[in-house]
Amino acid sequence: MSLRVLPKAALPAWVDQLCAGHRVAGPKPLHGQHIFGEIHSSSELELGYPTTVIPPKKYLFPQVEELFSFRKDTGEITPKLDARPTVVLGVHTCDLHAMHLLDRVFQNGYTDQHYQAHRENTLVVSIECLVPCMEHSFCKSMGTLSATDGFDLHLTDLGEEYAVDVDTERGARLLEGFAPARPATEDDYHRVNRVMSEKWPRFPLRLDFDVTELPSLLSVSYDSKLWDELGERCLACAMCTNVCPTCYCFNVADEVDLTLNAGRRLRMWDSCQLDKFASVAGGHDFRKTRARRQRHRFFRKGKYQTDAFGLLGCVGCGRCAQACLVNITPVDTFNALYHRQTQNTQAEVRP
Amino acid sequence: MTTTLKQALEAPSIYLPTQARIVDARPMGNTEKVLTIELPKGVSLNHRPGQFVEVSVLGVGEAPISISSSPSRSNGTFEVCVRKAGDLTSVLHQMGPKETLGIRGPFGRGFPYERFRGKDILFAPGGLGLAPLRSLINQVLDERGNFGRVIILYGARDPSELLFMDEVRQWQSRSDTEVHLSVDRGDDSWKGNVGVITTLFPKVEIYPRNTVGITVGPPAMYRFVLMEMLGKGLSEGNIWMSLERRMKCGVGKCGHCQINHLYTCQSGPAFSYAEIKHLEEAL
Repeated sequence: MSLRVLPKAALPAWVDQLCAGHRVAGPKPLHGQHIFGEIHSSSELELGYPTTVIPPKKYLFPQVEELFSFRKDTGEITPKLDARPTVVLGVHTCDLHAMHLLDRVFQNGYTDQHYQAHRENTLVVSIECLVPCMEHSFCKSMGTLSATDGFDLHLTDLGEEYAVDVDTERGARLLEGFAPARPATEDDYHRVNRVMSEKWPRFPLRLDFDVTELPSLLSVSYDSKLWDELGERCLACAMCTNVCPTCYCFNVADEVDLTLNAGRRLRMWDSCQLDKFASVAGGHDFRKTRARRQRHRFFRKGKYQTDAFGLLGCVGCGRCAQACLVNITPVDTFNALYHRQTQNTQAEVRP
Repeated sequence: MTTTLKQALEAPSIYLPTQARIVDARPMGNTEKVLTIELPKGVSLNHRPGQFVEVSVLGVGEAPISISSSPSRSNGTFEVCVRKAGDLTSVLHQMGPKETLGIRGPFGRGFPYERFRGKDILFAPGGLGLAPLRSLINQVLDERGNFGRVIILYGARDPSELLFMDEVRQWQSRSDTEVHLSVDRGDDSWKGNVGVITTLFPKVEIYPRNTVGITVGPPAMYRFVLMEMLGKGLSEGNIWMSLERRMKCGVGKCGHCQINHLYTCQSGPAFSYAEIKHLEEAL
């Protein structure tokens, strides 16, 4: 790991240089919000974005992805591994933490080569958030307010310049030969430290308890009435899972072209919130009610993933809360469970 | 050297089906068909009783189907019993010998039958549940000396839905195997027991401390069969079942088969009751 310094005035030239040699994606404005999209010149990029509708996860795990193409007459099957070199610019640290979880999921047991191909060929240039992005984010509570790894380059805004943490060889190569990026001096380290310590108090803690307690809080909340209350409100629209940086459930379906001979097998994002997600051929649905599906979702975020992969399944980005049409939010949900649990416990110890 | 299908799957994508050939397709029951499938030359399925494969037809789709034949009778082929229940299975029903289909697997954890050696075995399949359990029953019968008593209680809705009856009759004719059949609704020709599968339990005496109970059937059946087995004094760890879920990927990624924190396709589909009794979504 080394630190370099890039003048902001030189950023457009650097981005344009990247665009010349790679597929480059980054945050850009669209209809009053921001999205991650391909950019072809620095002018499209808006690094000071609050958050994006859909996380950059889509560059590792696209909404729809071809697994292979086939011809029925010959039985020929051609796998598709998308290994396009891609640079994703401006990734926030919450999304970095989410990618870390996806790595464990897709590399655990059977390695998913399609994910792996994206992962190995995607360079991540992340950026330190210095102010909260929106009311629903709670990254500080989730411990994702910053990151020490998972990126190739990491930018920290120092005013007129960016401090650039170089974490990998291939990250270093992105800056190679770009003259304005100079090595950091001791003073630059002090400046980074100052920015980092000034940033910390700007972010609110929004969970009323320490997040390390979340898995155990959930383990005693399985039968909480809260799930029924959420189930009453939930519209089962699946917006929460569609915008989630750590959701990875998918469906698989074949698509044939007009010849009915050639086609592709696709996988596409799916959602545990949708009716029929857990139903089987005989018609039995193992998670029939919205209450159970909401509980499943929050247990995945706060307990199941932690048990299976050692990482929380929620990174506090707040996108699901922003997207929910009936205001179901992880902060309210987890806090409500915590307060109900504490009240119950107090009621029990009272003589 | 033969390679296993799993090795054949390793590169370059876990989602690539191996094209296999149907060598026999025989109808069975009202809506079931048994397909005998041969893998490409030199590839062995190398499965365990209770495991499943992902069966696919290009352009139609893919679905998890349990392996119905036992490893002890592999012969370079394996069998699946397919009930016509959706798009893919309807297409599979129209297919015949020499046609190809895609196979991935075998996936999941099967029954740990080596641990059942030396014990009495009480099989209780219901309906189509005999298809996956047949794999284990034949494995046990093919190494009969390693096991104690073998009791099979098999129930179906009506006589026409009793599957693999040719084999069931062979099992009945063995002196070392006890077989009891029941149907929910009899017909004119039916002389046997009428009633749900649980009505067969009072007919058998078992020594609970040394008996393993194994049941596979529709979701609604489990609670009742479990009560019978527990009522006979079987310990929770000695009661085994196979849970049906929509295992889309088979490799622990897609999320469809999740039971609480467990992926059925990885931790199951064979589970002991002790492993899942605390999971509300399991049964």
